[in-house]
Amino acid sequence: MSRAHASATAAAFVAGAVFAIGLVLAGMTQPTKVLAFLDVGGAWDPTLAFVMGGAVLAHLAGLRLVAGRGAPLFADAFARPTRTDLDLRLLAGAAIFGVGWGLAGYCPGPALTSLGSGGTDALVFVGAATVGMLLERAARRSPVSP
Amino acid sequence: MLSTYLIALGGGALIGLAATALWLGLGRVAGISSIWGELLVGDAAGRTWRLAFVAGMLVAGVAAAMIAPAALTASPPPLAGVAVAGLLVGFGTRLGSGCTSGHGVCGLSRLSVRSLAAVMTFMLTGGVTVAVVRLAGGWS
Repeated sequence: MSRAHASATAAAFVAGAVFAIGLVLAGMTQPTKVLAFLDVGGAWDPTLAFVMGGAVLAHLAGLRLVAGRGAPLFADAFARPTRTDLDLRLLAGAAIFGVGWGLAGYCPGPALTSLGSGGTDALVFVGAATVGMLLERAARRSPVSP
Repeated sequence: MLSTYLIALGGGALIGLAATALWLGLGRVAGISSIWGELLVGDAAGRTWRLAFVAGMLVAGVAAAMIAPAALTASPPPLAGVAVAGLLVGFGTRLGSGCTSGHGVCGLSRLSVRSLAAVMTFMLTGGVTVAVVRLAGGWS
């Protein structure tokens, strides 16, 4: 393993750990709290709006600081998202994700982090989401797919 | 309570900091569903950093569960419901190219119109789903 490669791996590990600590502090690993945030017409808990606000503000500022760089520290190039079009796949996928999120209160990051609790529900969720991801890939590759 | 909001803001800021670290270090977007999904089927070259990122999340999750077990609670529906939710989240995030982190945190920070449309869509269907569950009597 080259030095840059080892540094990249270490940086990814630290980023993942800090990301997860942020999720826990933010209350995202408490599905009932997440569901209460989505329950605007019921006993609405607005706390998670501050989580999104804090995350976007910090990342917005971070991206500006990094913007002048030609390349990342431990890789050859920035993998910059380039698409700008709105298509059915994007909106249908987001809609389906939202229904699942509203059912259990888990989105992918908090679900992976919650595996640390050893809870059966997190394990079942992560297993089922993995199956869902593989099903999407199978559907995408099948000849009848649009 | 004010401190609740401040902690939420701080937790969010850590998430944004971690996303910035991954961008500065590796030039990668911190979208968890993409990292997870590409880990399953993606190219071998991109597997190491994705594994390291997920390992970091898991180690932090284990540590958090030991230090503050009350911060990691169970999902309210019965396990069959949790499984259905997981299927939808896995399928939907891959179809829609992202989740709360990729479209929410990272996409909104990039002022991406695609991500804004995705966020508004999943907030809407998430909110409707919660309302339907509540009107049907809730999970308990």
